[in-house]
Amino acid sequence: MLEVERLSKRFGGLAAVNGASMTVATGSITALIGPNGAGKTTLFALISGFLAADSGVIRLAGEEITGEAPHRLAAKGLVRTFQLVQPFAGLSVRENIAVGCHLHQRSRRAALAEAASVAARVGMAELLDRPAAALTAAGSKRLELARALAALPRLLLLDEVMAGLNPSEILAMIATIRAIRDGGVTVLLTEHVMQAVMSLAEKVYVLNDGRIIAAGTPAEVVADPKVVEAYLGHGAAERLAARQGMPGAAHA
Amino acid sequence: MPELSILAPAVLNGLTVGAVYALVALGLTLIYGVLHIINFAHGSLLMLALYAAFFLKVLLGVDPYLALPILATAFFFLGYALQYGVIGPASHGKEQNVLLVTLALAIIIDNLALYLWTSTTRTIDVPYGFAVVDLGIALIPVARVIAFLAALALAGLLSLFMTATDLGKAIRAVARERDGARLVGIRVEHVYAMSFGIGTACVAAAACLLLPTFYVTPQVGYAFVLVAFTTVVLGGMGSFLGALLGGLLLGVVEALSGLFLGESLGQIGIFAIFILVLLFRPTGLFGSRLA
Amino acid sequence: MRRAGETRALIAAGILLAGLPLLVSSERWLGFSFLALLYALLGQSWNVLGGFGGQYSFGHAAFFGTGGYATAVLQARWGLDPWSGAALGVIMGALAGAGIGAVSFRYGLRGSYFALVTLAFAEVFRVVANSVAFTGGGVGILIPLRTDATNFQFADRRAFYYVALAFLAIAVAAAEWLTRSRFGARLVALRENEAAAQALGIDVFRVKLGAITLSAALAALAGVLYAQYFLYLDPAIAYGPAMSIAALLSPIVGGLGTVLGPLWGAVALRALGEATTELSGDAPGLNLVLYGILLVVMLRFLPEGIAGLPRRLHQALSAERHHA
Repeated sequence: MLEVERLSKRFGGLAAVNGASMTVATGSITALIGPNGAGKTTLFALISGFLAADSGVIRLAGEEITGEAPHRLAAKGLVRTFQLVQPFAGLSVRENIAVGCHLHQRSRRAALAEAASVAARVGMAELLDRPAAALTAAGSKRLELARALAALPRLLLLDEVMAGLNPSEILAMIATIRAIRDGGVTVLLTEHVMQAVMSLAEKVYVLNDGRIIAAGTPAEVVADPKVVEAYLGHGAAERLAARQGMPGAAHA
Repeated sequence: MPELSILAPAVLNGLTVGAVYALVALGLTLIYGVLHIINFAHGSLLMLALYAAFFLKVLLGVDPYLALPILATAFFFLGYALQYGVIGPASHGKEQNVLLVTLALAIIIDNLALYLWTSTTRTIDVPYGFAVVDLGIALIPVARVIAFLAALALAGLLSLFMTATDLGKAIRAVARERDGARLVGIRVEHVYAMSFGIGTACVAAAACLLLPTFYVTPQVGYAFVLVAFTTVVLGGMGSFLGALLGGLLLGVVEALSGLFLGESLGQIGIFAIFILVLLFRPTGLFGSRLA
Repeated sequence: MRRAGETRALIAAGILLAGLPLLVSSERWLGFSFLALLYALLGQSWNVLGGFGGQYSFGHAAFFGTGGYATAVLQARWGLDPWSGAALGVIMGALAGAGIGAVSFRYGLRGSYFALVTLAFAEVFRVVANSVAFTGGGVGILIPLRTDATNFQFADRRAFYYVALAFLAIAVAAAEWLTRSRFGARLVALRENEAAAQALGIDVFRVKLGAITLSAALAALAGVLYAQYFLYLDPAIAYGPAMSIAALLSPIVGGLGTVLGPLWGAVALRALGEATTELSGDAPGLNLVLYGILLVVMLRFLPEGIAGLPRRLHQALSAERHHA
């Protein structure tokens, strides 16, 4: 569904993304992880058209989309959510979701009706006429998701959708995302909450200092010493391996 | 192409007018350029200060240059009170609202002046009002030269203030990261109000330096507003040196466009520059960050 | 957020306004009502771009004046009939809007930069109108007096009133359309959050351009109406700050982004103006001082404008009940 080839972006002297390549298989849930400052947000912005890459190619279902504007990408089925939620604050939940519906729905009445059914799918039916500004953190995340779904994406980019959720909300969101994938939407998510990554992702890419340093199943990636080093610092992999030989050693 | 004897005085005059623009804009650089308070009332406050200087001269015989410290202080408090008491609360923190609130203030001040003092043009008589400096190729009014030097001095003072004083650092902190500044204990509303006060004091100083060779009517405020914003944006938001140079450049552009396009159409010069800068180089000539 | 009550208010207002001249026949009141409608029309035009779209223009006179001057010049200099002149005035105003919008939005101007740039454009228009022969320069332009319905000049002020009402109805219909259409939903979305709007497939540039064009057309319509009523324009009236300020005052006071807000605002402001004139004579500037004060008060205490009053009162009353 999505192919990213050697994508790069510099800001002044700093290469925020440096030759990153990824493939997201159609119908899968793929995760992009990495320590803070690794470049995940920049990479997302590049893929979703909010930033123009300096070099590299992006393809959506075989069609090249490098450098296209976000609204055109949305029309082609690539929809993203934002890490810091961006609700239409002055509008109700229903009206928020309806904006997404309008991507394929001309009639206002039909869009508003469709918004209600999308809200039901993510469990927001009772909140339909609530002002978006009055939602809780979890509610806002759900709205962000509902709006994106309403646009009928082929590929959904979830930007740290678990951030700020408590454990039970995380479990609920995991279930929701799985249901979205089961409904035929390909998901690419970037995440810090490892629980979500481990239970959802079929393939994981690890980004550090703008480069992809590892790729594989969640289990493979977590065991990869390069990944451990990226998160815990130089030499950490060795230290951990050494410790695992000792009795009573703590497990991550 | 007009000859030097026509071009030179125009350019020199433009420079001195530009110095006045710079003076007027320096206060706005602090308010708008640094803190992004879109002070649409800046011109109106200038006009108010001009009237204050006028009445001090006409009723109490105080020379504008002597009135400068008095008015600067008085207007500092006025500016502080306006920001703390009116603009801050009424804008509810939203930038678009600040624009509207300061527009409302401009409307109030401009029309209050019209109501109280009518449209009659007011000028003052000072002994040095007609004294000129002979530069060979042109004659420049002494008062304009003083204004030019004062603009340089003020720009320098303000730059120093921003880098060397605690308040200056606090202002820069708030400008860069308002919530973070609040978290480290900086009283943000107070800082905004202080900046507004200082900016307004600068405008009062500009008025005192302007009055000897200029005039005042209630419409003067509006006439200066766009010039002031153009100067700030042209110079690069937040740069005092930029405002100085931007003002000078604008003065020259205005003089030249008046020369080439005629007095009526020549007024277009400044507005055209404003539009072009905003479209093509919003960081201004010397600015480094995009507002 | 649409409610049945708003539609009822719309119908009620329509009936009231249509019937007004039957109850009121004094020249003074008809004049007052006409101006209220004119300013409501101008305010509604601003509302389309500023209220619904969230792009505050400080130079709406650019469109108002273009409409007025176009019809004035076409009639006075080229003898065109005024109804065609009116149509062309609206078209030229729309073009001015599209032009200014295309340039400003293409370069990403928003917020205060956009406001200031529109002011600069209005000033450019003013300076040009002041310097050019065919507009009459600083002296201004007169539309030759010939009272006849086909000449868009009426002896009976009531006729002007009904024309103004019809024009306002067009503007109100446009606003109503914004609340019910996909375009309107997209416009409001980009007002609330441009990034999110883009991410959901909205071509922000196109929508803004459409909004400013519609807004400018309506403002030009107000300009045409003004020209036909007063038969005189000069650069200060057409392109000066007075009309730009008038354009934004009534929607903000009446209720940004609502269909009837500009009407309430225009009526309130006109009434305030009349009252001021009554109490303090024809002192120049005093009305505007009060308008300015009203604007500050509204922004501080009632940012949703007059249209937000029912909701505020309702909230205050139910809060009382909770406390009791």
